[in-house]
Amino acid sequence: MTAANLEAMYQEIILDHYKNPHGKGLRDPFEAEVHHVNPTCGDEITLRVHVEDGKIEDISYDALGCSISQASASVLNDLVVGKTVDEAMVVHEEFLRLMQGKGQVEPDEDILEDGIAFAGVAKFPARIKCALLSWMAWKDATAQADDRALTEER
Amino acid sequence: MKGLLPDLDLVRKDFPILERTFDGGETPLVYLDSANTSQKPQVVIDTMVDHLERHNANIARAMHHLGAEATEAFEGARDTVARFLGAPERDEVIFTKNASEGLNLVANTVPLGAGDVVVTTEMEHHSNIVPWQLATERTGAELKWFGLTDDGQLDLSNIDELITPATKVVALTWVSNMLGTVNPVAEIARKAHEVGALVVVDAAQAAPVLPIDLASMTDEERPDFLVFTGHKVVGPTGIGVLWGRRAALEALPPFLGGGEMIATVTMAKSTYAPIPHKFEAGTPPIAEAVGLGAALEYLMHVGMENIHAHEEAITAYALERLATVPGVSVLGPADASKRGGAISFELDGVHPHDVAQVLDSKGVAIRAGHHCAKPAHQRFGVQASNRMSSYLYTTPAEIDALVEGLEYVRSFFKLDQ
Repeated sequence: MTAANLEAMYQEIILDHYKNPHGKGLRDPFEAEVHHVNPTCGDEITLRVHVEDGKIEDISYDALGCSISQASASVLNDLVVGKTVDEAMVVHEEFLRLMQGKGQVEPDEDILEDGIAFAGVAKFPARIKCALLSWMAWKDATAQADDRALTEER
Repeated sequence: MKGLLPDLDLVRKDFPILERTFDGGETPLVYLDSANTSQKPQVVIDTMVDHLERHNANIARAMHHLGAEATEAFEGARDTVARFLGAPERDEVIFTKNASEGLNLVANTVPLGAGDVVVTTEMEHHSNIVPWQLATERTGAELKWFGLTDDGQLDLSNIDELITPATKVVALTWVSNMLGTVNPVAEIARKAHEVGALVVVDAAQAAPVLPIDLASMTDEERPDFLVFTGHKVVGPTGIGVLWGRRAALEALPPFLGGGEMIATVTMAKSTYAPIPHKFEAGTPPIAEAVGLGAALEYLMHVGMENIHAHEEAITAYALERLATVPGVSVLGPADASKRGGAISFELDGVHPHDVAQVLDSKGVAIRAGHHCAKPAHQRFGVQASNRMSSYLYTTPAEIDALVEGLEYVRSFFKLDQ
């Protein structure tokens, strides 16, 4: 890996989010809590979602891991809180498309905002799971919260 | 530097991969991940190619020239392994696909039941924990373990509570893959044998660096089973070894059934081949066994005493140099004479993944993560660590490159600002 690739991966935006993560810490209220791990490296996250009337009011989390996984959780919080679940799913899909694009995907900045900084990470297969850890945890938690809401309606 | 291999330059020339560079030739490889897998000398590569080009056939059944040559090469490799371990008998050497399979073989065949105890340790690789969890869960036996002291040694203070007449198996690593600790195998074996327990030693990290001579150990101190893997002793992947005492192996039922492991088969019942074939069902990894034989011949030619001295010198130098990097803390014993060639460390303020990634940009290859030893990491309150590991081809200059790389990591992540 060249120095240029290294700089592309560790964008200032990523390092800023790593040093000052947004929304970190576990908070009440929440409808679902999940715990996800990356078994190859041991990175882990506990993540809660608070959804009200189809809108994501809060994502709170406690995570241990590398700069990529920590920054990614912070960006997730920025991008998704305040959106409806449907809007958030569009962001999730775009982030997934970027990360699974082997570095060939041009990300949509209007959707991903700071998230486009992860384009450099997509070139490193070993690190894609780091970037996706919090996003997968959020999707899982949101699905669980959704199931719970449906059950309660019945 | 005292203890280094006198022909280190020549040794390095035996390993073609050490010539690798990155970034169009600008960045030379600094390979410090040998505890993960070792590199291969040309003689191992050539021996395997020659086997496949000129001698390939199935073994022990093909009635032709090639069959005889392949069988001779395969069984010759078994003789070499026996010599490498100082095994009392060559038929006590069982070929497996790796160390994990050897441990699983024993864990699946040793008779256990309710009331029995299996003892392992908190510093094991997952491959010497999980098979015993499965075995004790299946049989109703209980799993207990030695804890660790703050300086990364086995805590033997409660040995009399752990090793009792209920203890049937004591399974431990000789050298820790994370902490580097060299464990007092002889002392623990003596204690275990007093109560009639079987002693299973994971030598995956010991076989590469410690001279092993099973025959010269006293009966009380000699383990009952010992495993290691080929790819960490400059051999290929896909081949490992389980050595067991003849009586202990004969007492176990077969593990995998199939061709080669039988004496005779009827639809109602089968009888089994004597050891070693009883535990070698199916066509084994033949070229890999032949490659392992060449690898061990190579190590014995260099001399295991010399390799051990080299490892100790490099480890001592690495410990000394790492101590000069601000924020670095080493896990495990601080004394090089009490450890193997793996050194795990933390760099305060930077996650191991990020350390490894930035080092890789400088050509320096280390491992980052939990090194398949999560319990040992939990014991020391760390989630993941960096691990550098050296071998007979490692130079002091490569340790310098690691240290320079770590300084670059510190500046890259602006740790001094």
